[in-house]
Amino acid sequence: MPSTPRTAERAGAEAPPLLEVSNLETNFSTPDGEVPAVGGVSFTLGRDETLGVVGESGSGKSQIFMSIMGLLSTNGRARGSVKFDGEEILNLPRAGLNRIRGDRMSMIFQDPMTSLNPYLTVGRQLTEVLVTHKGMNESEAREAAVAMLDRVQIPEAGRRIDMYPHEYSGGMRQRAMIAMALLCRPELLIADEPTTALDVTIQAQILELIGEIRAQGSTAIILITHDLGVVAGLCDRVMVMYAGRIVESGSVADIFYRPQHPYTEGLLHSMPRLDEKDAKRLATIPGQPPNLQRLPPGCAFEPRCQHRIEVCKTTIPPLRDSGAGRRKACHLERS
Amino acid sequence: MSAPSLSVQDLKVHFHLGGGLFGRRHAAVVKAVDGVSFDLHPGETLGLVGESGCGKSTLGRAILRLLPSAGGRVMWRGRDLGKLEPEAMRQIRREMQIVFQDPLAALNPRMTAGEIIAEPLRTFQPDLGANEQRRRVQEMMAKVGLLPRQINRYPHEFSGGQCQRIGIARAMINDPKLIVCDEPVSALDVSIQAQIVNLLMDLQADTGMSLIFISHNLSVVRHISHRILVLYLGRVMEFADAERIYRSPRHPYTQALISAVPIPDPDLERQRRRITLQGDLPSSLNPPSGCVFRTRCPKADDLCTREVPPLMPAADGHAVACHHWDR
Repeated sequence: MPSTPRTAERAGAEAPPLLEVSNLETNFSTPDGEVPAVGGVSFTLGRDETLGVVGESGSGKSQIFMSIMGLLSTNGRARGSVKFDGEEILNLPRAGLNRIRGDRMSMIFQDPMTSLNPYLTVGRQLTEVLVTHKGMNESEAREAAVAMLDRVQIPEAGRRIDMYPHEYSGGMRQRAMIAMALLCRPELLIADEPTTALDVTIQAQILELIGEIRAQGSTAIILITHDLGVVAGLCDRVMVMYAGRIVESGSVADIFYRPQHPYTEGLLHSMPRLDEKDAKRLATIPGQPPNLQRLPPGCAFEPRCQHRIEVCKTTIPPLRDSGAGRRKACHLERS
Repeated sequence: MSAPSLSVQDLKVHFHLGGGLFGRRHAAVVKAVDGVSFDLHPGETLGLVGESGCGKSTLGRAILRLLPSAGGRVMWRGRDLGKLEPEAMRQIRREMQIVFQDPLAALNPRMTAGEIIAEPLRTFQPDLGANEQRRRVQEMMAKVGLLPRQINRYPHEFSGGQCQRIGIARAMINDPKLIVCDEPVSALDVSIQAQIVNLLMDLQADTGMSLIFISHNLSVVRHISHRILVLYLGRVMEFADAERIYRSPRHPYTQALISAVPIPDPDLERQRRRITLQGDLPSSLNPPSGCVFRTRCPKADDLCTREVPPLMPAADGHAVACHHWDR
């Protein structure tokens, strides 16, 4: 892992991981009852590491990070522990979170139009971050903001900084979001479906940009996506989510070439691939995505699983080590 | 080869934008589809690909005459749809159906699944008895992979994939000869996308209908289509067999489009050379002179600024609209 040298440099061999999540549970109370969106998730993230979090809608992949960032909607409650650089941050009061959010860790979202304030110029939204966190004055902040817009390849940054978000194209808005997230040189960048709303040629530009941030190596990246292709190109490790739980995690090569969980396998096979013309029919995962309010007593994937055995119906498989830095939550003994 | 069932000739769709607050300013025209031609044979699937704003959905709707055209012809089984009387057009609609992107939004929330699927039957075969109608609806539900006993449920009680199956059942109930599928799987999860793509391919194999499959997802389009039409700012850039387009794309835009799609294979994906296009799609209100793609094209020169490249049908059936494709 490229993370170890930096960690050692900073604080000796005992430095805590950048992010350590233990038993995170997130529930939403709705008129129809409690909805368990995240059902006990634990993982760590090393400094400079790029982690892909993959799952379909309702898998809880976004809500994990909304919980961590303190951005849950008001009916959401998170329990468990989240340590950022050794410090507990879950459910910190707003003031405490604001010391970290936007400074040491920042987040970009799927739809840049709804995440940028339409009433403020892009420049105003960028300089605000620097004035708040870095105590810069307006002109220093503006200079830094222009430099950052330049770095994310916004053409004519000096002029565009005074424009409003609606004057930007979709790709430029996402670049502006990324610029805002990077302004304080965060140690952690969380990108939630950063390219899903964009066209493929614009997606390629944004992925290239995220790849450059990764290559510079001072920022750990978490990439939340449903697109396995995006993960394949950018991530060191992958975590696969289903119904609020991690079903499998491992290195990107292990997950793509040697998946152990039937869901991961099914997901990989059900995607038509551009580089090969395969058999006439796509492999499918039968059935429907799970209803979080009516999860089966055993494994949530059991009703759709081709390999299910008796125990799957009754017992939730724990996430356990399956060798060489891998974990899986499946009763089956397969390799 | 059999005669084409659908023949689109130089089709144009223009939108006139309102001229200012009091209608005094000179109105602008968006040429959303600007001279598109193709034939479609029975049992064939044509993929329409391109990025947002390329006119692919507009083209799909103009073919079905859900939008008026500004020029060109749509011939359906030998008849010019533009010249038909409203009643004759209404009868032909039975043969041409559409499936939309957002399955929940396309279904009336106050109607049950059974009522939604039966609606085209009630329109075109009003004298069908209630029992026969119900029988056909349940038969169709089974065919598209819904449980016939769910006939009295409302759309919100179904998942997204199941709602898309209801939309497909509604389109299929009158045994159409053409279905325009407008981004039918884009709103669905990956594991459900595969189910719907398989369903459409199975139904086509069963009935021999033609499909026009509109999508921005090139992997899905490649999988389902026989031939593919690549659109950019309302114009055809390239038109050929699916295999040919993917194996040896000729247009610089198609090449960039294909190279931009991430492949779910870490080793391959990290070795690929990607053609990254610079900049954004130009405004369709003010398209570039000459070749519409030239502002982002790595091969563009003076000729491209001056002259619109015609769509050149090559001997191998691989048509490309580029001055420099063989350079």
